[in-house]
Amino acid sequence: MARKKKDTHTMLNQEISIEARQTEGLSLGTIVRRRFFAHKAALASLITLGLITLIAFTSVGVVIGGSGNLVTDPETNRLAVDGFRIPGWWQFNWYENYDVVNNGGAPTLQLWPLDPGLHPFGQDTLGKDIFARVMRGIQQSMTVIVLVGFLSTVLGVVIGAISGFLRGRIDSFLMRFTDVIIIIPTLVLGAVLGRTFGGNAVSLGVLLGLIAWTGLARLVRAEFLSLREREFVDAARVAGASNLRIIFRHILPNSIGVVVVNATLLMSAAILIETSLSYLGFGITAPDISLGQIISEYNEAFKTRPWLFWYPGLFIVAIALAINFVGDGLRDAFDPRQRRLPRTEGAIADIKRLLNRGGKK
Amino acid sequence: MLSFILRRLAATLVVLLVASFIVYQLTAISGDPLAELRASRDPDIQSKLAYLSDVLDLDTPPLLRYFLWLGGAAGCLVGQCDLGVSIAKGQGEVTELLAGAMMSTLQLITLATILSILVGVAVGMTTALRQYSGYDYTVTFFAFIFYSLPIFWVAVLLKEYGAIRFNRFLADPTFTPVTLTLVALFLALVVTGIVGGGLKTRVRSFVVSGVLSGAIMTWLNVTQWLKTPSIGLVGVVLLTLVVSGIILLLTTGFGQKRAVIIISAMGLIAGAMWLPGQYLFFYLTGFTGIIAMIAIMAIIGITLGLLFGGDAKREIARAAGIVGAISGLILVIDEAMQYWSQYLGLISIKSGFVSTIGAVTPTIKRQDNLWLTLLDNYAHLILPTAALMIVSVAGYTRYARASLLEVMNQDYIRTARAKGLSERVVVVRHAFRNAMIPIATIIAFDISGLIGGAIITERVFAWEGMGALFSAGLGHVDVNLVMGFFLITGLFAVVGNLVADLLYSSLDPRIRVS
Repeated sequence: MARKKKDTHTMLNQEISIEARQTEGLSLGTIVRRRFFAHKAALASLITLGLITLIAFTSVGVVIGGSGNLVTDPETNRLAVDGFRIPGWWQFNWYENYDVVNNGGAPTLQLWPLDPGLHPFGQDTLGKDIFARVMRGIQQSMTVIVLVGFLSTVLGVVIGAISGFLRGRIDSFLMRFTDVIIIIPTLVLGAVLGRTFGGNAVSLGVLLGLIAWTGLARLVRAEFLSLREREFVDAARVAGASNLRIIFRHILPNSIGVVVVNATLLMSAAILIETSLSYLGFGITAPDISLGQIISEYNEAFKTRPWLFWYPGLFIVAIALAINFVGDGLRDAFDPRQRRLPRTEGAIADIKRLLNRGGKK
Repeated sequence: MLSFILRRLAATLVVLLVASFIVYQLTAISGDPLAELRASRDPDIQSKLAYLSDVLDLDTPPLLRYFLWLGGAAGCLVGQCDLGVSIAKGQGEVTELLAGAMMSTLQLITLATILSILVGVAVGMTTALRQYSGYDYTVTFFAFIFYSLPIFWVAVLLKEYGAIRFNRFLADPTFTPVTLTLVALFLALVVTGIVGGGLKTRVRSFVVSGVLSGAIMTWLNVTQWLKTPSIGLVGVVLLTLVVSGIILLLTTGFGQKRAVIIISAMGLIAGAMWLPGQYLFFYLTGFTGIIAMIAIMAIIGITLGLLFGGDAKREIARAAGIVGAISGLILVIDEAMQYWSQYLGLISIKSGFVSTIGAVTPTIKRQDNLWLTLLDNYAHLILPTAALMIVSVAGYTRYARASLLEVMNQDYIRTARAKGLSERVVVVRHAFRNAMIPIATIIAFDISGLIGGAIITERVFAWEGMGALFSAGLGHVDVNLVMGFFLITGLFAVVGNLVADLLYSSLDPRIRVS
């Protein structure tokens, strides 16, 4: 028993120590990946996130292009979304009204025996299928998250890198510009922009991406300021590397931890900002739907139809929580100081010791 | 130092100007401010439209109109504010609207901020001291969940479970044996987790805290305290003694006899002030009575400390003063609680104590009684405060934990332990104070952001504050109102930034501003 414990100790340390990296020849990426996969909560969150995305996009299908407005199809006389629609495997869509099945449209979902029924998440007063609506909302939120994550990471890295590497006038100009954006609260700027140019997920994602990069830019700048003084940068410069090569091949890979961790945190903030804006009516607006907008639409119905309210909210929490856990796992994986060792004190250890002693006797 | 402040202010002034220009243009092009009026069928709509577009200078292009607005705003520097009129709020003066809204928002966020800092720092630091324990993991997990909660969703849940069902419970406040056992077990688990230690200590703290909380709840059942809550003479003494214990733990420790005696005496003095306090509140009405009470108790504490403190009189006087001020506050709360049944009689029976909407009850406002108004404010603040706290407590917990962990790993902490100092002194004197430096700057920064950050909370709870002004302004393309909101939040942000910088440099001698 004692030997086994020792073994796990050394295994843990092997994953972390620099010596092991040298002898085994592991790259930083391999080490980070191994540590990340050892973080169970983060891994489970990543899988959950993948599943939610997969179900959301395949179930009700997607609409590509078009204005997104609802139009009446002249042939079938049914409502349809303007644009090219790839249908999904779910039989209902998010914009048409269906016959109310249960009394008041209560969810038909049965946990035991598991049976989704016709409308697992219930229906609203008009008979719209809440499952389809929530799935469409998740699609929209995911689009915003990905756009915000991508755009603001790229912007933050480029602006932070340029101002940290070049310093001087360009630096102070870029940082004052960052200050200008920071001084306007994100929710306020997002609301003003969203009301003027927004309306659908893509435009809102782009707009939020254009304003959410400020914190990352400051962090990347700080990283660059300290890294550019290191010897390996001098060595690269003496070898004749251009500024661009030094930035992208030598300094950026060394600050990748900060970038990746903060990009995930940005994405979890993005879903909360998007849903809040949509809730206020300045984000994704009708005819398109988002999770926040569903909650805002059914706000008063909580007492009579709580399912209209529970499901979209639970999915917002699940997505934000999963992204936060992934971010936490990434931070642990990139930062070797944050290692976790088994505890040798406390009640559980005491009980283990007691059991051990009993076993020996 | 002065030149640093001046340079910083000049730089941020430019930043503020550019930012306000951007917000002005974006709001101005977002729509037609007179769209609603144009649609109306009022016969003299033409003259109204002409009048409004004259008042709002709508004929001037937004690029130039901004400078007209700036000219009016610059008047604030010489005491003649002109931020224009608001069309969203019945053509009222923006400055007057802002003044009212700011008071309301400050009322909303003050309590929430203070409570979340206290709770967040306390929880965060205890988790850091019990790193990787079950308690730590549980708190971390819940901090993550709270951090991921959309506030508008929480608010609706709070309205249902925190207000409507809780009010129903308050109508007949009796714990069933099952809830009593479950709550006692839960509290015992929490206490055990915080206390930590080996198996023996844990079993002991589990049993003691479980029995104690069970006993308290049985007592609440028997006396029906929740129906007519009051503190009373005994309550004042006991609460002050608890506060004394906490303050002693955080300042001088229980080793100094003089400190323990003087600070415990404050409990008895608070009890002795109970009856005279009633007269004081009777003769000194209004807020003067409240402030006088707190000041008197603080002065008594400080005097006692200075007179009998001996060698450590400054430390003891400070601690006794803090205990005194808090005991004064307890006496004030006790006085307000005595109006409880009168308050319940005045509000409508259906709604219950915890209010879900708005900031005041009209019937209470008409009574014009300070204590009833206080209770009414409190009843309306419970839910928004809880909603605001959930998110910020999670943040402060993470910051405080990280900060204390960082400090506890420093070499000087090892040195302090090696000198043979007790763990309490190491944590309170050496670690806690240094761990508070980064948190203090975060707090300064956060408070400045909160003034405009309560937009959603205000919407959900129908609170007429800054956030409501912003939503209304943006909804009606009311540029003047949005700009007024931005001016206030921007100024707060600038001042908050500056205060955070100065705090950091004055608290941490290693950092110099230049």
